[in-house]
Amino acid sequence: MRALDRKLLRDMWRIKGQAGAIAVVVAVGVLLQVMMSGMISSLEETRATYYERYRLADVFAPVTRAPQKMLTRLAEIPGVAAVEGRVQGGALVDIVGQDLPVRAQVLSLPEWRNPWLNDVYLSEGQRPRIGRTDEVLLLRSFARAHDLALGDVLSATLYGSKRTFRIVGIAQSPEFLFTTAPGELVPDDARFAVLWLNAEALEAAFDLKGAFNEALLSLERGADVAPVLTAVDSLLDRYGGLGAYALEDQVSNRFLSEEIKGLKATSKAVPPIFMGVAAFLLYIVVSRMVSAEREQIGLIKAFGYTDTEVSLHYFKLVVSIALAGAALGCLGGVWAGRALAGLYQALYHLPFLVFRVDPSSFASGVLISVLAAVVGGVSVLRQVFALTPAVAMRPPAPADYSKSGALTAALKTWLDQPSRMVLRRVLRNPGRIFGAVIGIAAGMGLSSAQMSVMSGFNDVLDTTYGVIDRSDVAVTFFEQMPDKTAFDLAHLPGVIEVEPIRAVGAVLRNGTESYRGSVTGLVENARLNRAVDADHADIAMPDNGIVLAKSLADTLGIGAGDTVSVDVLEGRRPVLELRVARIAETLMGAPAFMHIEALNRALGEPGRISGAYMRVDAGAYPALFSALKDVPSVAGVTRKNDARAAMKKLMDEGAGTMRYVMALIAGVITFGIVYNSARISFGEQSRDLASLRVMGFTQGEAAFILLGELAIVVLLALPIGVLLGYGLSYLVAAGFSTDLYQIPTGFRPEAFGVAGTAVVMAALISGWLVKREIERVDLVATLKTRE
Amino acid sequence: MSDRKTQPPRTTFRTRGLTKVYGEGAAAVHALRGVDLEVPEGEIVVLLGPSGSGKSTLLNILGGLDRASDGEAFFQDQNLSEMSDRALTMYRRDHVGFVFQFYNLMPSLTAFENVELVTEIAENPMEADRALQLVGLGERVNHFPAQMSGGEQQRVAIARAVAKNPTVLFCDEPTGALDSATGRAVLHVINDINRELGATVMIVTHAAATAQMAHRVIHFADGAIRSVTENDTRVSPDEIAW
Ligand SMILES: Nc1ncnc2c1ncn2[C@@H]1O[C@H](COP(=O)(O)OP(=O)(O)O)[C@@H](O)[C@H]1O
Ligand SMILES: [Mg+2]
Repeated sequence: MRALDRKLLRDMWRIKGQAGAIAVVVAVGVLLQVMMSGMISSLEETRATYYERYRLADVFAPVTRAPQKMLTRLAEIPGVAAVEGRVQGGALVDIVGQDLPVRAQVLSLPEWRNPWLNDVYLSEGQRPRIGRTDEVLLLRSFARAHDLALGDVLSATLYGSKRTFRIVGIAQSPEFLFTTAPGELVPDDARFAVLWLNAEALEAAFDLKGAFNEALLSLERGADVAPVLTAVDSLLDRYGGLGAYALEDQVSNRFLSEEIKGLKATSKAVPPIFMGVAAFLLYIVVSRMVSAEREQIGLIKAFGYTDTEVSLHYFKLVVSIALAGAALGCLGGVWAGRALAGLYQALYHLPFLVFRVDPSSFASGVLISVLAAVVGGVSVLRQVFALTPAVAMRPPAPADYSKSGALTAALKTWLDQPSRMVLRRVLRNPGRIFGAVIGIAAGMGLSSAQMSVMSGFNDVLDTTYGVIDRSDVAVTFFEQMPDKTAFDLAHLPGVIEVEPIRAVGAVLRNGTESYRGSVTGLVENARLNRAVDADHADIAMPDNGIVLAKSLADTLGIGAGDTVSVDVLEGRRPVLELRVARIAETLMGAPAFMHIEALNRALGEPGRISGAYMRVDAGAYPALFSALKDVPSVAGVTRKNDARAAMKKLMDEGAGTMRYVMALIAGVITFGIVYNSARISFGEQSRDLASLRVMGFTQGEAAFILLGELAIVVLLALPIGVLLGYGLSYLVAAGFSTDLYQIPTGFRPEAFGVAGTAVVMAALISGWLVKREIERVDLVATLKTRE
Repeated sequence: MSDRKTQPPRTTFRTRGLTKVYGEGAAAVHALRGVDLEVPEGEIVVLLGPSGSGKSTLLNILGGLDRASDGEAFFQDQNLSEMSDRALTMYRRDHVGFVFQFYNLMPSLTAFENVELVTEIAENPMEADRALQLVGLGERVNHFPAQMSGGEQQRVAIARAVAKNPTVLFCDEPTGALDSATGRAVLHVINDINRELGATVMIVTHAAATAQMAHRVIHFADGAIRSVTENDTRVSPDEIAW
């Protein structure tokens, strides 16, 4: 081994503490990068494999009732690879010990064969036996949520008649990774069941012998989905087609996509920040090393080593540290990515996991860390080049402060000498101070942005469940009912107030933009479920025209005064051209509102309602729910607090977990930089501090020189951190906002307060730690050494 | 100053059995092995002795930078061994000036400001200007250490040490890093300060010739005093032969 390389190893050993710390920062950056990208690509790969293996349809076409022969016609559409017809419908499941009946979707399974499309993954038991009408498959997530097992008996109301079924199999399905009850926004394993029955049994129950009410289509590879949708719609139109839609718009898939989108947004923001910090730390360490070794460098050069050789020596050091960190990060990233993907597998109800690490994430992790090292190292190498052997051999000259002198001389009258020392040091090393300031500000920005988004979530909950929806219980009917039903509800036990609504499924269109949602008819002066403006004031429903949620208006690219086209998917299915009267503020979903009478008029069905919001005496829930079980028209009952809890859970789990992790990691970086700056400035000034102590400065007075610098760094970092955090919160909020909810952005003093306090705390703790070191300084020993 | 001639001289330092041991057990180094010493007020005392004989150790203990392992050291009538850290700090702040071989100036402060650093906290300081004049640095007061020669830096260090009107001035090899002409100028300044301010001065050196300017010369060897001689005739630093 060459002598210089031996020196390299010894140097590494000597600075092992610092080198280790930097390698760890690099490693964490690479780890996050590899872990996040590994997890995301695993989730995407698993989803693709799952969909393919269980033949999830590309197009879903609900219809009122179409004869089996239409399936052949559908199969003839160009681009269609396979077609399956099935029967599906709503049901209410009674669970022992639950005071509320649970809504369910019932699906048919072909009796003599496996389904061509939308097959299920049987995790336990078997499929219903041929000819059995009382055997069901139950969705695993629901079975789990209610502790239901094979052999248990379930009673369900289908199409008005109550029947009992035996659970013969527990199934998972790519179609139901997330389950959301119709008319509700938030997926909730416990409050929506999926059951599979033999096709004949179901056809009989729904009176659909020889017919289907949903067609599933898969497409040939590369086929365009839009023309297929049009063709399907025109074929099924006369059978009551409810509008075909693509997998992309399917509820569960859409949900998973949004989650993955949120994870991607997080994974982009964080690793670069770590790499920046690592580059900064490398720069500091190597730069200190070079100035401490100036004599050695001079000597080596005097022996005849070239600048390049000497530079390469230090460069190797930097790159070795970065590579060690990157290797550690890659290993850790694979491990953590696999662990995390496992967690998400459970959370997203995936029956298996295809773990895949994108090899390019290793490459980019290593590349970025080497780049960080190079950036950190290059400025140091300039110092090496600049050293001539002669200069290097002379005793170290005092650091030259003459350039910063004039600037602060002006402040002479009101600054004492220690303050001037602090200020001059800051002015002499603006790059370093700037680095520390940016590092701390980045950490603070990251954590405050994550916290802003968290408190934005609380706003979503408060606005949705506190301001807009002021009811206690919502009821939906199987089909539209006469408005006197609302009066019947009012007589049920504990009901204080009833407010009917009429909601219809609809596709809203503006030119080429369209959104598959619903239109809700509200009564005059609605109090329990309202449309509100940005100031949370009621919006009165216009006699004509429609009120759109802001998110919906944005999706459609439309504003107040424009006209929107509404294809109603129920009744005589009119196509309405409506003027947008107002834009409503909502943070969840993308609703559209009309006056209930105007909606009914347009449908030609006066005096009809589809559900109601109720205010209920808190003590009367059990009595009310048992009474509601006996009302045959009631399809679903939702307690608002359950919906709110489900939403909260959703926000905290999944992509939400990452937010906590990121906020925490950001806190750790911030502390690391603050402490490191304090340490470095201590290391560089220990001699000056010792001199001060010799002159009779107290420990506290000497500490001021160090802590003053730290204080300036922190004071500069705080406002920049606020700005960064504010900007970043927009990006993170946008990354996390989905169809389901929109995270409001804005300045959130509490988030910045917490993040700022954390920075100040980090500074205080670092200050205290460093002050303790000042107390331990051996004055005599420090002054005796030459540097 | 003139008091010294009319009244019996007071003692600035008195030590009894002063011992300093670094480390423990087999590795223990006995830097001081029972030093008994009297330093009268207003004298220039030069400590001579081979390297490693414990001169700096003694100076550091008397200057309140370090503590003895055993024995007693009195400054006037205060027992340094019994002082708290805080009290030692105040002792240094109010009474002690230090000059080291390697100047130890604050690189971020100008010459003038380095002196002010001390005058801002001392009990009874002189004007910073005056201290710099004493060391003959009238014009270069606004230069930073990086812009000054070694001799100039050492003179700033001396100005900084004397600006508080110290009771004692400790100089540990003040000329060690300087050429002979500059070294002589520095000694001259120290001599002036003793004469004009009446400060007791203790100088450690291994340039034996320096002893000619002292009132009293202490020969040190192996952690103990070998002999003390009083000079009847002192030589001005300018005339010292190097
Ligand atoms: N901090 C220390 N730790 C251990 N030994 C020390 C320390 N300081 C000084 N010594 C030892 O004490 C002895 C006296 O040192 P010192 O007073 O510096 O000598 P001098 O100034 O006469 O050259 C030497 O042997 C030296 O090695
Ligand atoms: Mg010495």
